[in-house]
Amino acid sequence: MTLLTDAFTIVCVSGGLFFFLAGAVGLVRFPDTLARLHALTKADNLGLGLIVLGLLPQSDGVLSATKLLLVWAVAQLGGATLSQMVARVAKDKTSKS
Amino acid sequence: MNALTLAGLSGAALIGMGLYGFITNAHLLRKIVAFNVIGGGVFLLFGAVAHRGAASGMSADPVPQALVITGIVVAFSATALAVALLLRYFKETGTPFLSDNCETSGSRSDVERS
Amino acid sequence: MNVPFGFDASLAVLTLAVAGYAIAVRESFAAVIAFISYGLLLALVWVRLSAVDVALTEGAIGGGVTGALLISAAAKVGNGVADVSRPLGRVGKFFIAFLCAVITIGIAVAFLSLPESAPTLAPLAAEHLPSTGLGNPVTAVLLSYRAIDTLLESVVLVFAVVGVWTFASDHHWGGAPESPGRDRPEEPLVFLGQILPPLGILIGVHLVWTGATEPGGAFQGGTILAAAWILTMVAGLTKPPSIGGRWLRFALVGGPALFLGIGVAGFVIAKAFLAYPEGYAKAFILVIEAGVTVSIAVALGLLALGPPGRRLP
Repeated sequence: MTLLTDAFTIVCVSGGLFFFLAGAVGLVRFPDTLARLHALTKADNLGLGLIVLGLLPQSDGVLSATKLLLVWAVAQLGGATLSQMVARVAKDKTSKS
Repeated sequence: MNALTLAGLSGAALIGMGLYGFITNAHLLRKIVAFNVIGGGVFLLFGAVAHRGAASGMSADPVPQALVITGIVVAFSATALAVALLLRYFKETGTPFLSDNCETSGSRSDVERS
Repeated sequence: MNVPFGFDASLAVLTLAVAGYAIAVRESFAAVIAFISYGLLLALVWVRLSAVDVALTEGAIGGGVTGALLISAAAKVGNGVADVSRPLGRVGKFFIAFLCAVITIGIAVAFLSLPESAPTLAPLAAEHLPSTGLGNPVTAVLLSYRAIDTLLESVVLVFAVVGVWTFASDHHWGGAPESPGRDRPEEPLVFLGQILPPLGILIGVHLVWTGATEPGGAFQGGTILAAAWILTMVAGLTKPPSIGGRWLRFALVGGPALFLGIGVAGFVIAKAFLAYPEGYAKAFILVIEAGVTVSIAVALGLLALGPPGRRLP
C-alpha cells in the first residue's frame, strides 16, 4: 500500500515540477507581459495543484490534508487577483503607447 | 561538508555581498536593501553556529533561535525608520541620492518653507 | 546523504544568486522584488536548519512586511537620475570588492575554525521546560527564560513607531497617514480584501495559540494580523487611522504596558522581576502573548503605513 501511495506521490510531484519548469521557461522566453502571465498561471494552478495532490497521501490526518488544500486555495486567490491587476496595467500601458 | 557548514559559508558570502552593495550603490533605497541582505546573512551565520550546539538530543538549540527572532523584528523596525527617513529626504530634495555638494538647487529654501 | 546535500547546495547557490541580483540590478523595483524572493528562500534555509519558528518569522517579517514597505517606497522614489551623484570609478569598485572578499574569507575562516564541542544552553532549557507548562522550547525562551528581551523588544517597536511619526510635517501631526491603496481600487482587489482578512485573523490567532506547543508564537501571529489589516487598507475597505486616536495609542502601548505590569507584579507574587508563580506560568504567558500580539500587529501596521501626511490635491 505504501508503495502505491509513494508511486502516486512521485508521479504527481513530477508532473507538478514539469508545469513549474514550463512556467519558468515561459516567463523567460515569452515576448510580452500578457503572454508571461499566461505561462505563470499554468505554474500556479496546475503545478501547485499537482504537487499538493501528490503530497496528500503523505500527510498524517485530515487536518493537515485540509491545510495543504487551503494553501493551494489561497495561492489561487492571490494569483488570480494579481494576474487581473497586472494584466490591466499592461493593457493600459500598451494601449497608451 | 554538510548543511551546517554550507549555511555558515553562505552567511559569510551574503555579508560580503551585502557590504559591497551597501558601499557602492549610490541610490538610498538600494542601500537599505543591501543592509537587509547583510542582516539576513548575519542571522544565518548566527543560526549555523547555534545549530552546532544541538548536542542534547534536541534538533536545534532554542536560545539562539529566540535571539534571531528578536533580531529580525528589530531589523524590520530599523528598516521602517530608514524608509521613513528616505521618503522625507526625497520629499525635501527631490532626489534619492545623497548629494555630495551643498549647492543642490533650491533644497535649502524648500526646507525652510515646510 | 548525497540527495539532501544536493538540495542544500542548490538552495544555497540560489539564495546567493538572488541576493547578488538584488544588489547588482539597475532598477530599484527589480531589486526589491529580488529581495522578497531572497527572504522566502532564507525561510527555506531556516527550515533546513530545523529552526521552524525562525523560518516563520523570516518569511513573514523579512520577506513579507519588509517587502511591502520597500515596494511602496520604490514606487514613490523611483530610480532617480543617475548623474546627480558622483559614481565610483572602476578601480574604486574593484578595491571595495577585494576588501569585501577579505571580510567574507575572514568570517568563513573564523566559522570553520570554531572548536568542536560548542557550549550550549539547550540541555538547561530542555530540563526546565515542564515547569513552564509549554511544549515549544523557543516560546519558553522568548517568554519565560529571556522574557526581559521580549519586553524590551516590544518597547523598541513602540519607539520605532514614534520615530516614524516624527517625520511628519508639523501641520500634519495628529492626522492620518496616506492610504496605501489607490483612490478607486479595482474590483478583484476589493474581493481579495473581503475574503482573505478573516482567514488571516483566524490563522494569526491560531499561530499565537499553537505557539505554546508547536512552532508559532506571538510575533508570527501578530505579523499575520498586521498583514490582514494592511490588505484591508490597500483594498480601500478601511481608512488608515489618525495617529491621535486614543484607542490606537492604547492598543499600541497596551501590550508592553501589560508585560511590564506583570513583570513588576512578579516582585510581589513570585519574588523576582518577571517571575511567574508556580503552576500558573502558562496562564501568565498566554495573557502576555495575547497583549503583545495586539500591540505587535498595530505597531507593524503603523510602521508599514508611515508618517501622517495628506496627498497633495
